[in-house]
Amino acid sequence: MEEAATPLLVCSDIRKTYGDLVAVDDVSFHILPGETYGLLGPNGAGKTTTINIIAGILDADGGEVRVAGQPMNPRATRAKAAVGYVPQDIALYPDLTASENLVFFGRLVGLSGTTLKERTREILELTGLTSRAEDRTATFSGGMKRRLNIGIGLIHSPQLLILDEPTVGVDPQSRNAILESVDAMANNGMAVLYTTHYMEEAERLCDRIGIIDDGKIVAEGTQRELVEKLGGHDKLHIGITGHGQPAVNATAMLDCVIRVSLGDAAMELIVSDARSSLAEIVNTIVETGAEITGIEIEEPNLEAVFLHLTGKALRD
Amino acid sequence: MPAVLIALKDLRLRLRDKSAVTLGLIAPLGLAIIFSLIIPDVSAGEFTMELGVVGIEQSDLGGVFESEVIDDLDRSLFAVTEFDTEGNAQKAVDRLDVFAVIVFPPDIDAAVAAGGGEIQVITTNEAPISGEIALSIARQFAGDVSGVQLSVATALFAGGTDVEALAARTVATPLRLEVVDLETGDRQLDISTFFAAGMAVFFLFFTVQFGVSGLIQERTDGTLPRLLAAPIHPASIIAGKGLAAFALGVISMAVLISATSWQIGARWGNPVGVGMLVVAGVASAIGIMAVIATLARTAEQASNIQSVVAVVLGLLGGSFFPVSQGPAILSKLSLATPHAWFLRGLGDLAGGAGPAAAVPSTIALLGFAVATGVVAALRMRSMVRL
Repeated sequence: MEEAATPLLVCSDIRKTYGDLVAVDDVSFHILPGETYGLLGPNGAGKTTTINIIAGILDADGGEVRVAGQPMNPRATRAKAAVGYVPQDIALYPDLTASENLVFFGRLVGLSGTTLKERTREILELTGLTSRAEDRTATFSGGMKRRLNIGIGLIHSPQLLILDEPTVGVDPQSRNAILESVDAMANNGMAVLYTTHYMEEAERLCDRIGIIDDGKIVAEGTQRELVEKLGGHDKLHIGITGHGQPAVNATAMLDCVIRVSLGDAAMELIVSDARSSLAEIVNTIVETGAEITGIEIEEPNLEAVFLHLTGKALRD
Repeated sequence: MPAVLIALKDLRLRLRDKSAVTLGLIAPLGLAIIFSLIIPDVSAGEFTMELGVVGIEQSDLGGVFESEVIDDLDRSLFAVTEFDTEGNAQKAVDRLDVFAVIVFPPDIDAAVAAGGGEIQVITTNEAPISGEIALSIARQFAGDVSGVQLSVATALFAGGTDVEALAARTVATPLRLEVVDLETGDRQLDISTFFAAGMAVFFLFFTVQFGVSGLIQERTDGTLPRLLAAPIHPASIIAGKGLAAFALGVISMAVLISATSWQIGARWGNPVGVGMLVVAGVASAIGIMAVIATLARTAEQASNIQSVVAVVLGLLGGSFFPVSQGPAILSKLSLATPHAWFLRGLGDLAGGAGPAAAVPSTIALLGFAVATGVVAALRMRSMVRL
């Protein structure tokens, strides 16, 4: 991804208040074409309000949102046409069939004729609902509804896809299918704004992550950058047989090792970067005559970063 | 165009869940037919009251009743049968050969002279309206007799002694008993049309509520954010809901007018005038129901409040009975309802008048529509924000 590319979404100091409550407080970030940006925050942090402003559902009290170069607000039909919005709640008409739901929302975003027919067919295929196209969505399982909910957001091949917690209440199989679809869309050049309660989803999908708390972006970057900002270290669990003390003494001398301890048939090492220094550590242990029975790397994850920044677990 | 798309989607949903068909067509049509069957149409000559009398030849008072009341009854409305005994009359009522009987007991003259006496009326639950008419006739006659008794007594108490003269003057004075002529006037709807129109405008308020409450339903179903995120102006959503309500209302009224004309012989009047009243009536119903919808938090709450308001306005506006036959205050209060203006407009058209006759009522209905529509539109602006 080229840093020089023109951002598809630019949020500049957006602000929203409800009386005395500042729901969004000078939030700024951007998303490039083909980039997946994760917006993480505990409940009430301001994620949904931020997304509603970006989607043109809400007016901001201050700042500016531009999508594909167009200013966004509830009356900005050109900017809205570039956005596919997938709300957190299932937003389908239960008494309409899957096809009818797609056709209605497709027409609403300006599709018609052959294009609409073709896109409806493609989305039904993408969501695995072709065989249920003429069934009312009231008869669908939760996972099928979720897939169609996302499909509607894609009906007009938007430049920016906004996914607000799209996998809540979805079975693991459907969730995996959804994540693969999002990944594929980003690879095809679509910019994706993704909020989730599932840290593993953010870790798997997002190129960059913004952590929002009390209406403010408190940290932003790639997963690695966020971890490094916290001075995070990796933990190595190495199972060994034979005398362990020589191995402990030898590895303690390595520059990459910050601390090492010996447990029951296993060593525990705190290192600055486990993946880059693993070979050196393994060689050092083997040279002492100890036999390695297993290796486990534990990297500082987003959960720890999130907890550190917000003082809350993500599901709070 | 987005408003039309939203309206068409709403119409499809309403037709699919059958609620609009039930409340917009089946219920009003069914009730109009039932009412018109229960209540016979006097003006169409469908009603003849079979009235029996006993003892009118055996007493002076009975004779007066025969000459002053029976002989003056409209024979197109009343068929009078005389029975020799009360027992035979009772049997005739039981067989429904007659619907009510007025009985003058053999000692009625003596009893009246003594300052008492009673006229009996035999009625049956099978013919409650005829029973009420017979009771009214008897009460009116008894009241007049009491009035005469009081006049004579007062004259005697004041020193008058010429009883013969007083009696002669009393006999010469015509009884005030009047049987109300139920013939419809030029500005009065016949009973079939009245109930057809009354039920149609009553249920119209329930029919349009599906449209105006649709906005709350979108919010409840979670589809409102998706509509708001679509590349359309937020006002299109409100317009779509209004359009759906208008289409539901007009279609429902059009089908009801056609069906009641064919099924129960309702005579709605000049088509252009009726069309003006229907359009203005639907607009006023949408305005009122929309204002109520903006006061509710959920679709269920809106539906409950709207139902109460629709029933109250329907009762007050004369959907179930002609308010002109109630207390004067009721007639005045009814003018605060679109129902009354709608029915009044149809009444103005009933005598074969042209569309111009419906203009005053149409203007009044449009007044309701504009006043409530403006309030609703202002309040709904906040509903299309999350």
